[in-house]
Amino acid sequence: MQWETVIGLEIHTQLASKSKIFSGASIAYGAEPNSQACIVDLGFPGVLPVLNEAAVDMALMFGLAVDAQIGSRSVFARKNYFYPDLPKGYQISQFELPIVGRGSLTIDLEDGQQKEIGITRAHLEEDAGKSLHEDFHGMSGIDLNRAGTPLLEIVSEPDMRSIKEAVAYARKIHQLVVYLGICDGNMQEGSFRVDANLSMRPKGQQEFGTRTELKNINSFRFLERAMNFERERQIDLLESGKAVVQETRLYDADRDETRSMRSKEEANDYRYFPDPDLLPVEITEQRLAQAKGRMPELPDQKKARFEADYQLSDTDATLLTQSRPQADYYEQVVATGADPKIAANWVTVELAGALNKAGLELSDSPVSAEQLGGLLKRIADNTISGKLAKQVFEAIWQGEGDADTVIEAKGLKQITDSGQIESIIDEIIAANPKQVEQFQAGKDKLLGFFVGQVMKQTQGKANPGQVNQILLKKLKS
Amino acid sequence: MSLDRSDVEKIAHLARLALDENQVEGYAAELSNILALVEQLEAADTDNIEPMAHPLHMAQRLRQDQVTEPDRREQNQAVAPLVENGLYLVPKVIE
Repeated sequence: MQWETVIGLEIHTQLASKSKIFSGASIAYGAEPNSQACIVDLGFPGVLPVLNEAAVDMALMFGLAVDAQIGSRSVFARKNYFYPDLPKGYQISQFELPIVGRGSLTIDLEDGQQKEIGITRAHLEEDAGKSLHEDFHGMSGIDLNRAGTPLLEIVSEPDMRSIKEAVAYARKIHQLVVYLGICDGNMQEGSFRVDANLSMRPKGQQEFGTRTELKNINSFRFLERAMNFERERQIDLLESGKAVVQETRLYDADRDETRSMRSKEEANDYRYFPDPDLLPVEITEQRLAQAKGRMPELPDQKKARFEADYQLSDTDATLLTQSRPQADYYEQVVATGADPKIAANWVTVELAGALNKAGLELSDSPVSAEQLGGLLKRIADNTISGKLAKQVFEAIWQGEGDADTVIEAKGLKQITDSGQIESIIDEIIAANPKQVEQFQAGKDKLLGFFVGQVMKQTQGKANPGQVNQILLKKLKS
Repeated sequence: MSLDRSDVEKIAHLARLALDENQVEGYAAELSNILALVEQLEAADTDNIEPMAHPLHMAQRLRQDQVTEPDRREQNQAVAPLVENGLYLVPKVIE
């Protein structure tokens, strides 16, 4: 039987605020356990949550970026369950009236087509703490630093029909929230967490099959692997006449498998109700307008502009706009007067390759955009050949100064004085009478030999175009 | 709509309330009465009424995004039954 995969994703993005969503405790990563858990986060009696306006504004920016419906009123609710990583006995979340309503996001598919994925909603909530289960004499250790960290949970419609589509959607959301500056996107530190709802149905069938929810996925690679494993597992069950059980499954990266998370009757009965500690949030026209004013150029807009303004190919524009720092760097190089197409090549090939090899981020690049622009200028005005430019780039990378300093210090300046080139060529012709004879007898490929001799003599500094031209003129006369 | 014993036991379990066997019937009756009251409310025409999320006619006040809470771990943990390496210790939560 032919099976069709149906996937919807729930993505938790940690918002890039300084303080928690309902308290003034810091959310900096990596602090001493419980040093950033204040009495509000700990659920002490008598404390009251006060909403962080940065969390509201960041959620609004996301809503605007996905063309979502944004209501004038938003309500917080209590999601009740008992677990020690949430000392209050409930998580403050949103149920009815989430801050961001229905929207959509367009993803690019491998075959060059585009597809619109529905976004059901995005709501604000507080994160839970962390439980550590090892080495505490049969007890669990609780660190509540993360409790109260602002999250925006972005829920998609079950619109994805393949694992590739789901990964493309997750990547696009990741790119978007990082561009917006509302999330640092760090998956290892848990700032961007993806839960996948996956089910299978016979191709052509209308109703959805029973789904499972996959959790504990902290990289795009694991997301793809977890879904692949789960897809095969469900197909095996269905083809052997068994039923898929609706449950939450954890992905185990070490074993590359998913396994059932809850052994007992964990009824997901959260008994949501509006949190009486928090009044409804009013989204005023003014607040929404301010959020609009803070919107940066989004990846798709930037890509379209790069194609139009710099005549870049779809591939180059896509690569360059992958991240905001890279797009900014590229524009700084172009601003020095560099040819946009050549600049694109240097940023996406030479620079990206060198950074990758050295394991560095663009923000740590030893070569600044101005320095790269300076190098490209010297290629454009024929001071150095494209071949030697790589050597100059290497020297700039090593901290030997900018392009002009390196060219001067290493004596790499291209020889463009035709008189000088001619006299070198004359010497070479005089020294190789046999090859000259053979060339003149019709052995054309010997031209390469002569070019090689000139380059050897000049340490690669002679202008290749001029060398060819003068050689041909002299050899054929 | 009325609740029976098993409903009350389930609600008590979800809320982690320890009920005596002989309290269950009483609660079932009381909670059923509350539901009966809700049924009466349901008869009212609410077509043009905006749902109320809070009895106060006010909007939530927002705070600026600033870190205002210093580290008070020592004081906070002074009232905890068990603490180790800065962590709160609780009965093991997974098997």
